[in-house]
Amino acid sequence: MAVRFLVPGPLRPFSGGESSVALSASPATVGDALAALRAIHPGLTERVLTETGDVRPHVNVFVAETNIRDAAGLATRVPDGSEIAILPAVSGG
Amino acid sequence: MPAKKLKTPAASGLSVREGDALLLVGTMKGLFLFGSRPGRRRWSMAGPFFPGSSVYGAAFDSRAGRKRIWAAPSSMHWGAELAWSDDFGRTWERPEVPLVRFPESSGAALKNIWQIVPGRASEPDTLYCGVEPSGLFESRDGGKTWNLNQGLWGHPHREKWQPGGGGLTLHTILLDPSDEGRITIAISTGGVYRSDDGGRTWRPRNRGVRAEYFPDPNPEFGQCVHKVVQHRAKPGRLFLQNHWGLYRSDDGGDTWTDIANGVPSDFGFCMGIHPKDPDTAYIVPLHSDMFRCTPDGKLRVYRTRDAGKSWQPLTRGLPQKNALETVIRDAMAVDSLDPAGIYFGTRSGKLYGSADEGRDWALLQEGLPPIVCVKAAVVAKRPASQKAGNVRGRRRAAAPRARARRKRAA
Repeated sequence: MAVRFLVPGPLRPFSGGESSVALSASPATVGDALAALRAIHPGLTERVLTETGDVRPHVNVFVAETNIRDAAGLATRVPDGSEIAILPAVSGG
Repeated sequence: MPAKKLKTPAASGLSVREGDALLLVGTMKGLFLFGSRPGRRRWSMAGPFFPGSSVYGAAFDSRAGRKRIWAAPSSMHWGAELAWSDDFGRTWERPEVPLVRFPESSGAALKNIWQIVPGRASEPDTLYCGVEPSGLFESRDGGKTWNLNQGLWGHPHREKWQPGGGGLTLHTILLDPSDEGRITIAISTGGVYRSDDGGRTWRPRNRGVRAEYFPDPNPEFGQCVHKVVQHRAKPGRLFLQNHWGLYRSDDGGDTWTDIANGVPSDFGFCMGIHPKDPDTAYIVPLHSDMFRCTPDGKLRVYRTRDAGKSWQPLTRGLPQKNALETVIRDAMAVDSLDPAGIYFGTRSGKLYGSADEGRDWALLQEGLPPIVCVKAAVVAKRPASQKAGNVRGRRRAAAPRARARRKRAA
């Protein structure tokens, strides 16, 4: 089964309005998945990662129920058929 | 894959005509546009654009027939980017891949864009951006592509620059109109640097500017400069508002003279300079670095008309009771009309303006998010050659209406 990204509302201008994006490849890690996503919708990956390749500090990425910050970060494994959720952190002012 | 431009529909744009005054007001929660006829008695507002994003950088580019508003929305979540509108906010273009980005070799990531400056009239496709962390970006193709200025980024002082309260920001870019090689920038906290060779090399220009938070208060660099302004007709004349200290330079920044004569405090952030008179400048003093509010609960703009020998408070129309306001470094602007218009915005979301060089002030808008940036411009009139074509076009468009009127009258 394909790995699928769940796209939050503020980023849907960069996914052609879609709330999810399925990858045809089978990425091993979240980093690989974001690289594959960049090839389809570069604007999405650009807003998740900084130029240095780090996840932006106020963005959370979940593989199923697991925040990748609590796992192996971008090296977190992505089982086949996973849903990867991009979510804005609860921060602001 | 080439970057796609995403046209983002906005709520509504601003209706402006040639010769109108235009204000770009960046806040912590979006950009607002204000327009007025040249008399500047009544203003209309449009926005917020980019709601939820702070907008520290904005500019109006009227060179080469453009009517382009640049803005730098910065989302806490998704990062900072450059966007632009060619129709006064009705639509915005946001490249899918942000235009301003640090090269991989720099090891840095963009935090915010603090300043957008169109180049000189003689170089209509050149633009500059000052960013956090402390970088200068340049575009030579009208903003399509941007490059980090390596001369400044590679400066040996850079590792010793320290972030101020707003971060390690390059917040001021001044282009000498009479010398295409001369660019002056300011960094908090790094101080003033100047290039005389078009940005290839940079030298600190802080002689005479104190840094009272160092054991040696007169270092070569490291000053926390809050704002510098330059006179267009007399580009050697600069005024500088420091983190403690008001200064003037008459030699393009080679030396600085203390001009804090008769101000309630020499602490402050913002600064403006008169478009015609190089001896006239404006500031809003704040109590101190430990209490960054207007002294005595009085909102007072101070103006010098003698290059800093003396300063006078301007209060007519400004609250003089219970007004503990803060005006930050980019929240003051001066237009180029005659008489000059002076504008400033407060952290409490109030926008004030004067259409008579500071004599009388009016609250133009309140209830905005905290204001972090105010830029003033005048919507350029079209060249005569374009106007002739438009007159013919208007006549053609008007002909059917005139025929209809004659028919009705008959």
